[in-house]
Amino acid sequence: MSSQNRIRDEFHDYDVQETDRPPLAVVGSQISRDEELFGKVYDPHVLRRFLPYVRPYSKQLLLALIAVLVFTGSQIAIPLVIRGTIDNALTSEETSSLILYGVLFAAVILVHYIANFVQEKLASEVGEGLLFDLRRAMFAHLQRVSLSFMDKTEVGRLMSRLQGDVNALQQFIESSIFAVGDVVLLSGVIVVLLTLNFPLGLMTLGIVPVLFVVRFLWLPRARDAFIGARHASSTTNGALAEGINGVRTIQAMAREDTNYVLFDDKARTNLTSQLRATRFAQIMIPIVDTLSGVAMAVVVVVGGGMVLNRTLELGVMIAFIFYVQRFFAPIRSITMQYSIMQRAMASGHRIFEVMDVKINVEDKADAEPLADVRGAIEFDNVTFGYERDRPILRDISFSVAPGETVAIVGPTGSGKTSLTALAHRFYDVWEGAIKIDGQDIRDVTQESLGNTISMVLQEPFLFTGTILENIRYRTRDASMEQVVEAAKAVGIHDVIDSLPDGYESELEQGGGNLSQGQRQLISFARALVADSPILVLDEATASIDSYTENVIQKALERLLANRTGLVIAHRLSTIRGSDRIVVLKDGQIEEVGSHDELMGRGGLYAKLYAMNYASFDDIPRELVDEVSNEDSTT
Amino acid sequence: MTFHYPAQMIGAVIALIAAVIFQIYIPQFLGTAVDNAYALLQTGGPQEAARRALLTTGLLLFGASVLRGVFTMLHNYLGEAVGQHIGYELRMAIYDKIQRLDFRYHDHAHSGDLITRGMLDVEGVRLFVNTGIKRLIFLSVLIGFGTVRLLMANWLLGLLALSFVPIVGWRAINARLSLRESWQQLQERLSFLTRVMEENLQGIRVVRAFSAQTHEMEKFNQATAEAQAITSERIGIRVRNGTLMTFAFYVSMGLVLIVGGGMTIRGEITVGRLTEFLAFMTVLQMPVRQLGLLVNSFARATTSGDRLFSVLDEEPDIRETAHAAALSVTDAVLEFDSVSFEYQMGDSAIPVLSDVSFRAKRGQTVGIIGPPGAGKSTIAHLIPRFYDATAGSIQIDGQDIREVTLKSLRNAVSVIQQDIFLFTAGLENNIAYGDPWADRDKIITATNAAQLHNYIGSLPRGYSTLVGERGVSLSGGQRQRLVIARALLMQPSIMVFDDSTAAIDAATEQRILSSIEEHSSDMVSIIISHRLSSLLHADEILFVDGGRIVERGDHDSLLAAGGRYAALYELQANG
Repeated sequence: MSSQNRIRDEFHDYDVQETDRPPLAVVGSQISRDEELFGKVYDPHVLRRFLPYVRPYSKQLLLALIAVLVFTGSQIAIPLVIRGTIDNALTSEETSSLILYGVLFAAVILVHYIANFVQEKLASEVGEGLLFDLRRAMFAHLQRVSLSFMDKTEVGRLMSRLQGDVNALQQFIESSIFAVGDVVLLSGVIVVLLTLNFPLGLMTLGIVPVLFVVRFLWLPRARDAFIGARHASSTTNGALAEGINGVRTIQAMAREDTNYVLFDDKARTNLTSQLRATRFAQIMIPIVDTLSGVAMAVVVVVGGGMVLNRTLELGVMIAFIFYVQRFFAPIRSITMQYSIMQRAMASGHRIFEVMDVKINVEDKADAEPLADVRGAIEFDNVTFGYERDRPILRDISFSVAPGETVAIVGPTGSGKTSLTALAHRFYDVWEGAIKIDGQDIRDVTQESLGNTISMVLQEPFLFTGTILENIRYRTRDASMEQVVEAAKAVGIHDVIDSLPDGYESELEQGGGNLSQGQRQLISFARALVADSPILVLDEATASIDSYTENVIQKALERLLANRTGLVIAHRLSTIRGSDRIVVLKDGQIEEVGSHDELMGRGGLYAKLYAMNYASFDDIPRELVDEVSNEDSTT
Repeated sequence: MTFHYPAQMIGAVIALIAAVIFQIYIPQFLGTAVDNAYALLQTGGPQEAARRALLTTGLLLFGASVLRGVFTMLHNYLGEAVGQHIGYELRMAIYDKIQRLDFRYHDHAHSGDLITRGMLDVEGVRLFVNTGIKRLIFLSVLIGFGTVRLLMANWLLGLLALSFVPIVGWRAINARLSLRESWQQLQERLSFLTRVMEENLQGIRVVRAFSAQTHEMEKFNQATAEAQAITSERIGIRVRNGTLMTFAFYVSMGLVLIVGGGMTIRGEITVGRLTEFLAFMTVLQMPVRQLGLLVNSFARATTSGDRLFSVLDEEPDIRETAHAAALSVTDAVLEFDSVSFEYQMGDSAIPVLSDVSFRAKRGQTVGIIGPPGAGKSTIAHLIPRFYDATAGSIQIDGQDIREVTLKSLRNAVSVIQQDIFLFTAGLENNIAYGDPWADRDKIITATNAAQLHNYIGSLPRGYSTLVGERGVSLSGGQRQRLVIARALLMQPSIMVFDDSTAAIDAATEQRILSSIEEHSSDMVSIIISHRLSSLLHADEILFVDGGRIVERGDHDSLLAAGGRYAALYELQANG
């Protein structure tokens, strides 16, 4: 304990007392990341789903198993050759037969070497191969699975399946191969000992069941301690990471002293859990040594006695000595295999849970690519929702002529984003149809649909990589000229050019080294380079400074020129600049028309517009309800 | 640091030597037992004496085995305990240091890199104690004693029995070092793969919007192929060396067996000694293989130690003076006196602020506006000393902020920053971050002012709702209101809004500002915004460009002056 105080003295004087733990102060994530670590030992569904991934490796697996058997055989043979050599040395007087044993020994260890090499290499390779295959299959599945699944599943959870869970299955397949060898080795040793000398074999083997029992009693307790240690360590590291990522807030709020004390609690818990786990791991050593001491003593006292009685050859006694050392390793691996299997089943369950999620949006067998698109969009009586019986959009019908820009406006929650997502077939409609140039989008390939429609999302998402790669994201064969032209058109070229590496500048994660407005403009350039006949755009709501705002407005005009535009508009200037306006409320179309028409009609649009808010999304819900009620009563 | 735990370390070494001695005695006893039995067989002496000798050897063997186990457990445990305690100390030291290093340090340090240091490098140094130092002692003692014992028994056979040691040691070290080299590469590839997967999943809408699934699969496959290539190479190194080491061991065993067998025939050694040689070889096999681990842990500890201590040796520039007193706030007069700020980039100093002066006191509001990059945020960051001004001074009630304690300063000044960091904890834990002793009433007062209380009330778990990953997902505006509540709760004397209402709609912003106004007689408000409507009522508006105040005055006078402020107002009013 004095050590902790010493640290405190060495570094700082703390004005927080040990007992001083504020009720609302915490460090580290308060969300438990733990998932079920161990499942059933045997889960038929998991194994059935897993099997197809193993099948491509059946040849290697078979070969590996043969190698395992050969290896185990040679391992059992080695003490036998030693016994033969010694017995021979004791009985014969000449060295010629000794050379024969030398050759035999050389042959056995050569086989041992080769088999060892083959089994190790194949087992590792199959394990690695499976790991990557499984991960690839899962990743590919996630590329096509319905977006509603992706919306409700956190990235962190999916990542832990793609990594931790897949690793558990890899470990399972690898260790299973060796487990076969261990079972064979153990049985082989037992058979050999009993054959060499039955009574002595039986007495020596008495420690085997004891070892098993001890292991099985020890395992669940030790496992709790090991999991506890792992948990404590990851909590501590989580708190450390939080302290680093949130350091600015922590300093701004002067929480350093309190956090130090709270982190100290975690670090100490970690220390005690680690030591507890160590105690569990170490306690096995004297137990195993005691048992092998018993076995050796039996061999020496009983076996030695038999040698004296001439009922046992000295070589056999020596062979026993060597075999006695070989009990523990296979028993340890076999009992460990039990835990590995439980873990693999739990992981497999999670993996296949994801892989079993149906793919809802798929190309029809006879789907054809959309070609020579003019850009007419038609919503024909569309009804859609995410949950059964709770439609978000109802009976939506409107059309957009080629080259026209239609603004979609409406209060928050009116279904604007769902409407644009449907145009791109992120989801399939419940009823009705969406057509492009008269073709139902469910009858065309998704690939060609993606090439026909460009989307700009509200939150620009940029990938780690260079600015150039990001602008070229869809159109990787775009020339440098095209990229520069697009960047100039949206007014971001000068900014990019002023960076030390220009277009080759690396973006930090999420484009963190650019401002919000600049990220927006890059996502515009990305859409411009893609040059699709139809553009679906969700205007950003966050207010950006007036300077950037102006640039973005100009870029938007440039982006919409000469193509069909479906725009979720938040800014009045964008709304006024569109050809027609679709006003949505509670999932239904309230009215459609140009700005002037709608203003003349004096409906919801005109009333909301009159309130003079910067954006329709800003208008408080109560006010919207108020004016629309007025509307319905008049 | 090992020396902080002399008792444990000495205990570990003593236990270790004891374990090694018993380890060595076991093969010797086994050999003796064989000789006992054999001698009698040859000479046909009295059976009784031979049996007694066997019994004694058996008991000795048993005893040695038990004691070997007990001492092995002891030295492993003590070594681990010392390692874990050192790990604990280092962890606390690095945590403390990181918490205290200033903004400038964190601006340049990569947070992922710091986390690695705090996690892996602490582990590296910790393991060094147990696997490094202790194993070195263990191996030297074991091989040292063993060599002496075997060479004395028979030098030729001893040499043969030990002949695998240098080969295995060499291969083990070699393999470890090349695995270590590719480890770094593998980690890079794997973290690249992780990033590819993670960004794909985060940006899945963009991926689908551009129908880029094929491209994403290509990226994934390429990243995978690179990782897989290194993995296969590593498997190759591991398997080639591992199997070769086993083979070398058995070759020497074969040599001992044959040469020793010949010697036995010629009566040069007893069969018991031969057994001892063979048994001792089995004992040596595993520890010698661990030479690789040993070298690795030394190499790792050296780099880890360097990396750790380079952080621990850092000193923050922002420090309290030795005689710093707590800030005492009376009228809360904030004064910027010809403040300039520049930062070093390479050899050149980049000016950010030049000669900024203004003054405000309790109840007043200062508005700051200007184009991006004008230096507005820098003004905000200088007040709580996130950075220090390079010239001029900032005073609060006449006290230079460099002369007061950091804690008192930061308790008096709240800056609501643009980058929002929320802790993965309950809403109440987040809101009460600056004052974790706050009671519910105090929290509700703050959330009411920030227009957030009604929303929180509508959540099923109310104030204990978790925020962040897997918690409730807050909109940009809600997050900003949360940090405003967090700052209000501290009841600061000076409150700075650094463009912190951008994601909040204008109507809500007005409500927040007016409810803050109710308390604002208690504090100085500094509002940095690009939304002019937020600044209309400020007592003084500073228009900043190029790090200088280019226009100043209240709204009406600035409008009347017809300068840049007036032009911007035109632009926004007609936008």
